[in-house]
Amino acid sequence: MIIIRISDDALARACNADSVAAAFAARGCTVERASSWGMHWLEPLVEINGVGWGPVTEDRVAEVLDGAADDICIGPIAAHPFITSQQRLTFARAGKTRSLSLEDYVASGGWVGLKRARSMSAEAVVEEVLQSGLRGRGGAGFPAGIKWRTVMQAQADQKYVVCNADEGDSGTFADRMLMEGDPFQLIEGMAIAGHAVGADKGYIYVRSEYPDAIRKLNAAIALCRNIVAPLDVEVRVGAGAYVCGEETSLLNSLEGKRGEVRAKPPLPALEGLFGQPTVVNNVLTLAAVPHILTEGGASLYDSLGVERSKGTMPIQLAGNIKHGGLYETAFGISLRELIYDIGGGTASGRPVKAVQVGGPLGAYIHPDQFDLPFDYEAYAGADALIGHGGVVVFDDTADMGAMARFAMQFCAAESCGKCTPCRIGAVRGVEVIDRIRSGGRDLDVLEQTPQMHNMPKHGRSRDDEIALLTDLCETMRDGSMCALGGFTPYPVMSAIKHWPEDFGLKDG
Amino acid sequence: MSSIRDIVARHADREGPLLPILQDVQAEFGCVDTAAETEIAHLLNLSRAEVHGVVSFYHDFTATPDPRPEVQICRAEACQARGIEALMDDAQAAAGERVKLKTVYCLGLCSAGPAARVGDKVHARLDGDRLEQVINQA
Repeated sequence: MIIIRISDDALARACNADSVAAAFAARGCTVERASSWGMHWLEPLVEINGVGWGPVTEDRVAEVLDGAADDICIGPIAAHPFITSQQRLTFARAGKTRSLSLEDYVASGGWVGLKRARSMSAEAVVEEVLQSGLRGRGGAGFPAGIKWRTVMQAQADQKYVVCNADEGDSGTFADRMLMEGDPFQLIEGMAIAGHAVGADKGYIYVRSEYPDAIRKLNAAIALCRNIVAPLDVEVRVGAGAYVCGEETSLLNSLEGKRGEVRAKPPLPALEGLFGQPTVVNNVLTLAAVPHILTEGGASLYDSLGVERSKGTMPIQLAGNIKHGGLYETAFGISLRELIYDIGGGTASGRPVKAVQVGGPLGAYIHPDQFDLPFDYEAYAGADALIGHGGVVVFDDTADMGAMARFAMQFCAAESCGKCTPCRIGAVRGVEVIDRIRSGGRDLDVLEQTPQMHNMPKHGRSRDDEIALLTDLCETMRDGSMCALGGFTPYPVMSAIKHWPEDFGLKDG
Repeated sequence: MSSIRDIVARHADREGPLLPILQDVQAEFGCVDTAAETEIAHLLNLSRAEVHGVVSFYHDFTATPDPRPEVQICRAEACQARGIEALMDDAQAAAGERVKLKTVYCLGLCSAGPAARVGDKVHARLDGDRLEQVINQA
């Protein structure tokens, strides 16, 4: 009996993996559905005795079974350069285990971190997380250990662990892949967090756009309920609001309220869900914890990376890229390596024009800056952000003026409405960008009336509009309550700075 | 078919039950209308304004039912980089009045866009023909 392994990750399924799996089953093969290796351009990737074929279509099933189909054979999957050049800690199981098999999970080191954590005091667990240098992977990069310590030291009858799985950023899919491929690891991380801070209730807030992840998490929770007890974990589904990925907005949503951002302080660590001390961490942060809590895990984590960005980052190569997928590596790698050496350039074969790192709120990076090391501080220094590690590549057909407008339009559509710079600023931002692109504006009827004699006597030129947009962006950056309004200026201003010609301005 | 009362009862012992309740009501009735808001508010001891505030905040809840099949198309940056915008006119023409096209921002298939979703089925690596096929089969 031949055992065929095909991923049941949503992306593989979207590329027809179910039909391919059925075609193999119809030929008498045993088909195992495993997690995805993260080589998305090869999905559906078929694995027989460690050797891979991809992308496989239904009409090539017979050929693959005969050991032919050489043009789509990639040889031993584990030896593929895309895999061997990575350092996978959080995604160590990717491609290798069946996501809902407790047996596979245990055989690959599952629950070791939790057992060890439970043999230690809460203080000692927090100390190890601090030592590892783990920072929040959701975007803000706040040290996870410090957050945990604050919650641990808070006095309350009820505390919560909340997993932020509202992965709304375009170009990111690591949370989805982890929840679908290795849900037990996330739950184990939550159980360790629960032990460390003294919480017995955990929520995973997943966006409604991820039906596969929701289904698998629920199944996984049911399977390991007794193992993670006393922590009780529950999945809550979002309702299509991007802003609910912001932690305080997420808490409001969990409470059944409008997902409006809360003012900080009070910190959620002290007054979070239902006013109780709450750890809110991203999927990747919590999923990194089981490894850190294994013997020697914290010091290994701390030994990787650069400066204050420690450990590994699951980077997501997306957009117009030839070899897109999940690439986990230590911090410090350059965009040049990521896009050309690993990603193979654009999918369209045209030159790279721009790269957006960090989702819709991340800056557009010009090829001149491609040597920037992947590191929180280095990006911040270049007016950019790492965010959740999404890298979206654009070829030279991209209109950066249109992308800047889209950033403002997106902010306007998704603003929670709580603070004025974001709610009004984003709408005005779209209008100003439209005027810049159409060459400024003349005086309107009202402005020409004698009553308005204090008005300038001429319309606004492009340069005037640029000054206005710059001012607006400063106001949004400094005056917004959260990253949505606060960071939208990044893609806008970076686009104007590097591609002025796309706004109808002179080069340079 | 569950009544609103059944749905509320099903979630009564959860903390902060309003969102799960609204999701079930939306799934069952295709919308959360004024009457539903009033009844949910009454059963949860909230004001209707509080319930309406939540319903109107989230994109997933609608005030009126739309019997048309819905095709969600991702038009976020990564799918734009892979050319979704150029397909939209033809997609709209294929959809006509029969199918509702809903723009969503990100289905998490960013390395294999353009992507679309119909119910719980997702589609990736779409080109003009395949997107049209997805719409016609919706």
